[in-house]
Amino acid sequence: MLKTFSLGGVHPAENKRSANSPIEVLPVPPVVSIPLAQHIGAPAQALVKKGDEVKVGQVIAQSAGFVSANIHSPVSGKVAKVDQVVDASGYRKAAIIINTEGDEWVEDIDRSAILVKEITASPEAIVKKIGEAGIVGLGGATFPAHVKLSPPPGKTCDVLIINGVECEPYLTSDHRLMLEKGEELLVGIRLLMTALNVKEAIIGIENNKPDAIAHMEKLASEYEGIRVQPLKVQYPQGGEKQLIDACMGRQVPSGKLPIEVGAVVHNVGTAYAVYEAVQKNKPLIERIVTVTGLSLARPANFLTRIGTPISALIEAAGGLPDDTGKIIGGGPMMGKALTSTEIPVTKGTSGVLLMPQPLASRKPVDPCIRCAKCVSVCPMGLSPYLLMPLAERAIWDRAEEENVMDCIECGSCSFTCPSSRPLLDYIRLGKAKVGQIMRSRTAKA
Amino acid sequence: MSVVLITIVTLAGLGAIAAVILFLASKKFQVFEDPRIDEVEEALPAANCGGCGFPGCRAFAEALVKADDISSMNCPVGGADTMTAVAGILGKEAGDAKPQVAVLRCNGSCEHRPRLNNYQGAMSCAVAAALYGGETGCSYGCLGCGDCVAACKFDAMYMDEETGLPVIIEENCVACGACVEACPKDIIELRNIGPKSRRIFVSCVNKDKGAVAKKSCEVACIGCGKCEKECKFDAITIKDNLAYIDYDKCKLCRKCAPVCPTNSIHELNFPPRKPKVEKTEPEKEPVA
Repeated sequence: MLKTFSLGGVHPAENKRSANSPIEVLPVPPVVSIPLAQHIGAPAQALVKKGDEVKVGQVIAQSAGFVSANIHSPVSGKVAKVDQVVDASGYRKAAIIINTEGDEWVEDIDRSAILVKEITASPEAIVKKIGEAGIVGLGGATFPAHVKLSPPPGKTCDVLIINGVECEPYLTSDHRLMLEKGEELLVGIRLLMTALNVKEAIIGIENNKPDAIAHMEKLASEYEGIRVQPLKVQYPQGGEKQLIDACMGRQVPSGKLPIEVGAVVHNVGTAYAVYEAVQKNKPLIERIVTVTGLSLARPANFLTRIGTPISALIEAAGGLPDDTGKIIGGGPMMGKALTSTEIPVTKGTSGVLLMPQPLASRKPVDPCIRCAKCVSVCPMGLSPYLLMPLAERAIWDRAEEENVMDCIECGSCSFTCPSSRPLLDYIRLGKAKVGQIMRSRTAKA
Repeated sequence: MSVVLITIVTLAGLGAIAAVILFLASKKFQVFEDPRIDEVEEALPAANCGGCGFPGCRAFAEALVKADDISSMNCPVGGADTMTAVAGILGKEAGDAKPQVAVLRCNGSCEHRPRLNNYQGAMSCAVAAALYGGETGCSYGCLGCGDCVAACKFDAMYMDEETGLPVIIEENCVACGACVEACPKDIIELRNIGPKSRRIFVSCVNKDKGAVAKKSCEVACIGCGKCEKECKFDAITIKDNLAYIDYDKCKLCRKCAPVCPTNSIHELNFPPRKPKVEKTEPEKEPVA
């Protein structure tokens, strides 16, 4: 029996159409717009102004606090302006717009494909380098990686878990990364292990990627302490807490971080970025983005510079299909509908999904029939059927008692609801309000 | 006979003991409540709307009795009459809060503000606002899901199907502020009713730069500052590409509205303008 997490979960149709498309390098776009808020935490502060010349890899925006991240120029050229552009959040936010000229890199970046296996940096130097390189969680949560590598005093970590689950349907960027950049990925894992001073690392991969499991197992056998854990296909296994449960059988207590049970989780994409940053001195300026959809001509995985408009990706994947009803940034379960094709790729863009019209529309909402399907699929053991009306009626104290803050927003409840109720829509609202109330309470105390 | 007597004596005795206990307990645990609280509550409109900032009329009455100075406290429903009555009961000085009414500071109807995408999520402005900027290019304007209408307890609001915007029924509005609280975009503002219910305000909250605002909505305030220059009373200020008319300073001279290039300044309940030779007449239908 394959391992999986113990509570809830769903299994949506996988539709991994781009699984066999090798990673292609997308041409550098003529104009990039780089939002200053691409990560969780404080938006970065712009260091460049209109007319400045920048090179690839140059810092153009500085981290504005501990939980924040540097942003580097993904192209060389001239800064056109620092302006407000609509990003994936659906709001106008500050961004640096650069007109590309040539492709001139900062000199000390090693652009060769030679694998650098030997680790010379000290743990402190690795964490510092990761912070400088602006690396954030590339699975989609975009939490600054160096913060996760600095455990709070008194807490120790004994296992590093590498998330190669890619439980979102359609997405294949992590899958392709493991197949094509496995060697580098393992060095990245070694670096993370050194930084955290742990002896054990587990790479969790779902069983729908047997080629990746076999490949990673073969490569990992050369390294001591790194093993691959095949997992049963079950959404949302890629959730941090679910993955720890699936790999190690440890449950993270409510309201606590994974470090509480001695685990730190990083995505495979993040581990690869760590390799590039530490061994090659290359900051996070590009990422792998899956472009896919049921009617798309050529689903693909592109190595894309940050700031590229998604229209360029869609064009390269065969153009926007006529029946497109919705463009989603990310996967179908947790991704977010985008309002324009000019929205740029950011550090957290794992995929661009083009949903055909019949599938894109929401079904009419019916009354709750008290079937409790949402309760059985909730991986956090919550009662979505109850949380929704609590948020609808603004009963925040009760919502807090019902642990609304534990919700990981995986969307399993909305996915499974036979009455198509907008459960997660309201639970998200509840989380936002209760979070606000809780913060103001701690501020007062 | 003796059985009846014993019964009567026993019960009477028990009754007497209980009476003594109850008497002592009522003395010991007596809670003094100012009788004026009841009186003040009686004078309040019993709408329990929360417009005063207290959870219901009773709580407001308690606060009024407790406070030394009630000039900053106001019952928006009852207005000056109620507050004078309350002040009379308490022998305190009533404030001079002017009666207010809610106004909608967005005129981005379907006609003025083209729709760029379709929202299919839960029909709640709060949910939509947390998700994204809205169906149009303007991320400041009305989302049209009707959270304000749902919050109104006085039947003073309804959604206009044609414009997609809420409408405030002036006669019913008591300025309790429930809609102001409910609106995630802060579009609804409480403004002084003004003499003869006449009001002038900028019906827009868009803080985008002029060109961006104008592109997303043809009646958006573009922050050009023409009205600011026109105003002789310093009532108009431009901040973040947006004009705001201070109702305390505004003398309702109506000079600002005709100069607005996007017709975003609204005038309510004024007599029609006399046609002048050059100036164009603002033909805007009042929304609020």
